[in-house]
Amino acid sequence: MAGHKHIDEVTGVETTGHVWDNDLRELNKPLPRWWLYVFYACCVWAFGYWMVYPAWPTLSGYTQGYLGYSQRAQVMSDVKEAKAAQDTYRQAIANAAITDVKGKEDLFQFALAGGAAAFGDNCSGCHGRGAQGAVGYPNLNDDDWIWGGSLEQIEKSIAYGIRNGHEQAHATPMPRFGLDGILEPAVISDVANYVRSISGTEQVDTAAAERGKATFAEQCAACHGEDAKGNEEMGAPNLSDAIWLYGSSQEAVTQSIVTGRGGAMPAWSTRLDPVTVKMLALYVHSLGGGK
Amino acid sequence: MSAIAAEKPALNNALAMGSAAVFAGLGAFLALKGVDPVMNLHGAVLAAASLLALAYIFTHPADDKSGYLDGPIRVATLAAVFWGVIGFAAGDFIAWQLAFPALNFDLPWTTFGRLRPLHTSAVIFAFGGNVLLATSFYVVQRTSRARMPGRWAPWFVVWGYQLFIVLAATSYILGATQGKEYAEPEWHVDLWLTIVWVAYLLVFLGTLWKREEPHIYVANWFYLAFIVTVAMLHIVNNLTVPVSFLGTQSYPVMAGVQAAMTQWWYGHNAVGFFLTAGFLGIMYYFVPKRVERPVYSYRLSIVHFWSLIFLYIWAGPHHLHYTALPEWAQTLGMTFSIMLWMPSWGGMINGLMTLSGAWDRLRTDPVVRLLVVSIAFYGMSTFEGPLMSIKAVNSLSHYTDWTIGHVHSGALGWVGMVSFGAIYCLVPWLWKREGLYSIKLVEWHFWLSTIGIVLYITSMWVAGITQGLMWRAYDNLGFLKYSFIETVEALHWPYIIRAVGGLLFVIGGFVMAYNVWRTVRGDVPVDLKDQPRVAAAPELRGGVVAVPAE
Repeated sequence: MAGHKHIDEVTGVETTGHVWDNDLRELNKPLPRWWLYVFYACCVWAFGYWMVYPAWPTLSGYTQGYLGYSQRAQVMSDVKEAKAAQDTYRQAIANAAITDVKGKEDLFQFALAGGAAAFGDNCSGCHGRGAQGAVGYPNLNDDDWIWGGSLEQIEKSIAYGIRNGHEQAHATPMPRFGLDGILEPAVISDVANYVRSISGTEQVDTAAAERGKATFAEQCAACHGEDAKGNEEMGAPNLSDAIWLYGSSQEAVTQSIVTGRGGAMPAWSTRLDPVTVKMLALYVHSLGGGK
Repeated sequence: MSAIAAEKPALNNALAMGSAAVFAGLGAFLALKGVDPVMNLHGAVLAAASLLALAYIFTHPADDKSGYLDGPIRVATLAAVFWGVIGFAAGDFIAWQLAFPALNFDLPWTTFGRLRPLHTSAVIFAFGGNVLLATSFYVVQRTSRARMPGRWAPWFVVWGYQLFIVLAATSYILGATQGKEYAEPEWHVDLWLTIVWVAYLLVFLGTLWKREEPHIYVANWFYLAFIVTVAMLHIVNNLTVPVSFLGTQSYPVMAGVQAAMTQWWYGHNAVGFFLTAGFLGIMYYFVPKRVERPVYSYRLSIVHFWSLIFLYIWAGPHHLHYTALPEWAQTLGMTFSIMLWMPSWGGMINGLMTLSGAWDRLRTDPVVRLLVVSIAFYGMSTFEGPLMSIKAVNSLSHYTDWTIGHVHSGALGWVGMVSFGAIYCLVPWLWKREGLYSIKLVEWHFWLSTIGIVLYITSMWVAGITQGLMWRAYDNLGFLKYSFIETVEALHWPYIIRAVGGLLFVIGGFVMAYNVWRTVRGDVPVDLKDQPRVAAAPELRGGVVAVPAE
């Protein structure tokens, strides 16, 4: 069917003369000028870009471009610049004792900002964005500290962590009274009732609590204390307040005695620089419960 | 001569049954001897499918060679609707998961990580792939005035492709994956697809070879570019060494930045050749057919075809800006993406301007509206793409939901809507109906989809730019202003709006499925008077009907 020209009635434009499937035709229209010129402009822009930036591979490397630009060099210099901008403060914090940082207002404000930023990306995953904690992860806003709430103690906890294998980490475990068969299940249940009764938790079986009292004195008081107020040296939590790391229900407390829990935390000194650890300690200390 | 002619179908059937028997045996072997449960399952599925094929071929020895071969096209059209609805629903479900993570249900099979590839593969390969199979087989036969070659080959392509989809989907749910985006299936599934794809290429080329028209119609250039390039991309990006020929595990041949570059050379050209070139083929047939106007410019179609094909293949590195990829490669990826802008728009111009002299169809025919709005989305996303490939823009947009929004303006807007338009054309044409069951429902589908897409992409612009700005915000002391979790919190409402938009799109998909089902069933159309004459099958319109040359 090709060969003879055909004019499209509606537009008056000639078609190519090809016909497919009864009625498919193509108008013989030129390329839209604006389309062609924008296409050329894009090509010219691309050629120009190749002239000034690294662009084409060669046998021994690549064309560097007139600007001599390198994104790697650029990011290195940006990082260096950013570090230099913070250098005065960072040096001052590195050289000062952590307790002294608090006394210097501008240094302290810098440390709080740095600590907050580091906390958001490193700590909030477990402790929560507001440091409110979760089951198994302590609330850092209150003044109940398992391993101590002074600046130095907090810094040590962050730097070396808890039960992670680091040689300076807090490592003392609680015995697995149930799993290791140290106490009978019935006895554990009695002790759990007693432990819950100390802080006045509701729904305690008072008879069981009474039976558990002697076992507590025998098995638990060495670490948690006769008065159950805990021992920061051993990381033994205070059991006389109403703050519970794993929950206050009979099941949760029983589970703690059976398994010993053994919660862990990474040694952040292996991931963060000492100044950042210091700033984190100052930030956590400032949340409300620092001692 | 007549003896040979009589022997040929028998030979065809014997060959087909022999192949089916071989695959049944292989499947049974893998089902019993495979070293992991996924391989056992896949072996059993392959064996069952092969036995069904064997039984079908055995009971259908006679070959009806009259007219075009439309059976496989009908299967692929229905498969497209079926997988489409599943793929859209899976996508919307994972959108709700992102807003409400509890919807992961803490089960391995329902986590986002497994359902996300299920969604992307279902919409791209299962829905999009079946639309491409159906339309390319329809178009190449009509525009070549030739019946597809082979008694069983076209059937094998369509059903073999469905088997690929089932194997891929079950892999993901059960946790067998290569971990390469859009190329997740493991080596044995890749091999199966390779066999199917080569058969597809041969059937397509064979039809062109047999053609009775002097020229090859533009839609076929695009289909052929799509089939050839996807074959090349698929093979190169999936070069792996299996740990065992009886297990699903494998290790890729390339590593490090070479693997990353190959992956995005594949990934971007999957967009360029699967989702763009293939669907431009659809546009070039169904738009002029539906509006009954000539293609706007033959010359533009030639120039934009060759420039698109030549430039697209370079653009992949723009997915790896500011990474370990050498800077020169990033430059090339970016500049070729910019040069690609007008070649992409050439297709948009040719599609839209084909309506000149028939713009009133936009008002009266919602199928035309689907096709035209799809071209508008194509134009928008092929402008947004080059924009996002510019390194300065990419430093803000990369890794954010802006990218997700961009992909979906292309996927829902362009690929989805042009497919819907083509399906609404095809169904009455293939099943010889006077029209669709209801054009009013097409109208509903159009608006549900359009509003859904607008909600989707606007919420993702907001989410992406918010995210990008929050990531790079520093306070005056030089510390990051926001923690990562704060940037996640900021996305909650955009995620909900996105999921609502997706839900509208899913509902639209169900409306289409209902309409297609009623049309296929042969129910009397409720609003035939509102449908254009072209909605009816060509045989029912009166006038000359093109038939394949004998």
